[in-house]
Amino acid sequence: MATKLLIDAIRDTLFEEMRGDDRIIVLGEDVGKRGGVFRVTAGLIDEFGEERVIDTPLAESSIVGVAIGAALHGLLPVAEIQFFDFIHPAMDQIMNEAAKIRYRSGGDFDCPIVIRTPYGGGVHGALYHSQSLESAFTREPGLKVVAPVNPADAAGLLRSAIHDPDPVLFLEHKKAYRLIRDEVPENGHTVPIGKAKVVKEGSDVTIISYGMMLYESLAAANALEEKDGSSVEVIDLRTLRPLDKETILASVAKTGKVLIVHEANKVGGVGAEVAALIAEEAFPYLDGPIMRVAGPEVPAMPFSPPLEQAYLPNAEKIGAALEQLAAF
Amino acid sequence: MTSPDGSRTKDLTLGKDDLLHLYRQMVAIRKFEERAAEQYAHGKIGGFLHLYIGEEAIAVGAIDAMEDRDHVVTHYRDHGYAIALGTDPRRLMAELFGRSTGVAGGRGGSMHFADPEHNFWGGYAIVAGHLPIATGLALASQYLEQNYVVLCFFGDGATNNGAFHESLNFASLWKLPVLFICENNQYGMGTAVEYASAVREMAKKAIAYDIPAERIDGQDVLEVREAVKKALDHCRAGNGPFFLEALTYRFRGHSMADPEAYRTKEEVEEWRREDPILRFRGKLLAEGVATEDELNAIDSEVDAQMEEAVRFADESPVPDPSTLTDYVYTEPVAVR
Ligand SMILES: Cc1ncc(C[n+]2csc(CCOP(=O)(O)OP(=O)(O)O)c2C)c(N)n1
Ligand SMILES: [Mg+2]
Repeated sequence: MATKLLIDAIRDTLFEEMRGDDRIIVLGEDVGKRGGVFRVTAGLIDEFGEERVIDTPLAESSIVGVAIGAALHGLLPVAEIQFFDFIHPAMDQIMNEAAKIRYRSGGDFDCPIVIRTPYGGGVHGALYHSQSLESAFTREPGLKVVAPVNPADAAGLLRSAIHDPDPVLFLEHKKAYRLIRDEVPENGHTVPIGKAKVVKEGSDVTIISYGMMLYESLAAANALEEKDGSSVEVIDLRTLRPLDKETILASVAKTGKVLIVHEANKVGGVGAEVAALIAEEAFPYLDGPIMRVAGPEVPAMPFSPPLEQAYLPNAEKIGAALEQLAAF
Repeated sequence: MTSPDGSRTKDLTLGKDDLLHLYRQMVAIRKFEERAAEQYAHGKIGGFLHLYIGEEAIAVGAIDAMEDRDHVVTHYRDHGYAIALGTDPRRLMAELFGRSTGVAGGRGGSMHFADPEHNFWGGYAIVAGHLPIATGLALASQYLEQNYVVLCFFGDGATNNGAFHESLNFASLWKLPVLFICENNQYGMGTAVEYASAVREMAKKAIAYDIPAERIDGQDVLEVREAVKKALDHCRAGNGPFFLEALTYRFRGHSMADPEAYRTKEEVEEWRREDPILRFRGKLLAEGVATEDELNAIDSEVDAQMEEAVRFADESPVPDPSTLTDYVYTEPVAVR
C-alpha cells in the first residue's frame, strides 16, 4: 500500500476516476492551467484537456449551477469552490436547487454533483480564508456533507461522492493537505458516505471529532491516558450529514461520557446536532454532561497569530475538558 | 535615469509640487510593497499577501483627483489605496505583521485595510462583494444630499461575477454617484481575461447598462488623474455612475505563492517596460521638471519612511488574546 499525503490522495483519486469514466468533468476557478490554488487538480488538464478540466470565470453561483445542469443530463461534475469562504454566492444554487431538485421532481431528477472545497484555519488565512461553515449545510435535507481528513478516507469518500446520485459537499481541511500522510489502499477502494470511524478504542470517555481537530483530540486523549491511565475512545465522524447514529450511540453506551470537538463555531455547530442525538437516544447511558470544545462566538478567524491561536481549539483545551468530564 | 517611454506620458500641466507629490506617492507604494515582500520572506508576515507593484499609477492618479469628501471602497489588493489616501504606513505595516497597532488591530491583515478618517471603507476579500456596498454608499450620498462620489476599485476578474452586474444595474437605474474603476491587469489569479470573459473590453460591460465608459492607460498617472477628474465631475453633477477601465499589469505573482506558470517571462518583461514610476520619472526629467538629485532625494526619504514603518511594526505588541471576542456586537451579547 502506498503512503500518501491527503492532497495527493485526493488528486490521485480524481485522476483514477476520470480515466475510468468520461462523464466526469472538473470545473472551477484556476483548476486547469494553474492546477488549483492548493494544486489539488494539478496535471488534470494535461491528461484530460480543457473540455473536461474547465477553468471557469470568477462566478461561484454559476460554477455550482452549471454543474447541476450538466449533472441533470448525465455528466458527473466535480465542482471546486476555491475556498469554503467564497461559497456564499453559490448557496442559492446549492440549497434551493441541488438539495431540492430530487424532491421537487418527485424523484425524477438525479443531481450527482460533488462540490469540493478547502476549509478551516490555522494557516494565517484571516477572516475570509479560514472559515468552517459546515453547519450551514448540514441542516439541509437533500444534501450530503463529508469531511474526511485521513488520506485513505478522502480517496474512498471522494469515489463514493462522485458516483452518488445525490449532491455531496466534500470538505478538505486545507491545513491537513500537506500535513496528514497515511497508507491509501489501491484498486478503487471506497468508503461509504454516512459511516464514522473509531480511530482509537477506549472505554472511559468518547471524543467525537472531525477535520484537523481529530488530531488535537488524539493528542489530548493520549496525554490523558499517559497521565492517569484513563481509556479514551476517539471517533472521526468523516461524514457530517447523514450522521452515523450507530457508531456514535454504540460508543456512548460503552463509555457514558462524551466530548465533542470541532473548529467551527460551537453555537449551532455540527456538535449541537450530535449532542441532541445523544441526549434524545442515549440518555440512559450518560454518566455526565455532553461537553463541547469548539470555535468561539467570533464571526471569522482573525489574522494575527495570537488571536488565531486563541480562536482554535487545541489539545490543551480539549485536555482540560476531558479532565472536567472525568470528574463525573 | 530616463524612461524609454517618457514621451508617451500625458502633458505636464500641474505645478512642480503637485507633480512631485504624485511621484512620491507612487514610490511610497512601491517601496511599501517591496518591504512587505521582504518581511514576508523573513517570516514576519504570514498568510496571503497580494502586492500592487506595477499598478501604482491607478491608485495614485485616481485618489489625487478626488475630493476629501469622496469615499473609497476597494478589492483586496488594497495596500496602494491606503497609502495614496495618506494612511500612516506604520499602521499599515503593523497590520501586515498582525500587531495591535495595525489599522484593524491585527484582525484583518493584508486584505482588509481600512481608514475611516479618510472615508476609506476598506479592502474586501470576497471578490465583487464590495460593489453593492459601494453602490449603497452612493445611495446614501444621494439621499443625504452630500454630493460625495464613491470610488469603487476592482479587478477584471470581478466583472464576471453576478454582484458586478447587479451593482451596475442598480447604480445606473438610480443614477447614483459611483465611479467604477476596473483595473484590468489582464489576469484574475492565473486565468487570463480571454479565458474568463466573453468580452475582452471591460468597458463594454458598462455600456450594456447605459453607463458611460472609457478605457485608459493605467500606467500613466496623469492620464488616470485626468480621466478620474472628468468622471467625478460627471458623477457629482447628478448624471449617475461612470466606468473607467484602466489597462495595467501586476509585475509580481497574484500572491506571494504563485508559480506564474500561466504567463511568459517575455510578457512580464514587456510590461515592465511600462513601469508607471519609471515612465513618470522619465517624463519629469525629460521635461526638466525635476533633477535626478531631487527625485533620488524623494526616493531616499521614502526609503527611510518605510524602514521606520517596518521598525514600528516589528516593535509593536501583538494583540491580547483576551480581546478575541471583542467587536462582535456593539456590546457583548450572550447568545445562549
Ligand atoms: C468570491 C470569490 N471568489 C474567488 C476568490 C479568490 N480570488 C481572489 S482574487 C481572485 C482573482 C481576482 O482577479 P481580479 O478581479 O482580476 O483582481 P486582481 O487579482 O487581478 O487584482 C480570485 C479568484 C475570492 N477572493 N472571492
Ligand atoms: Mg485582474
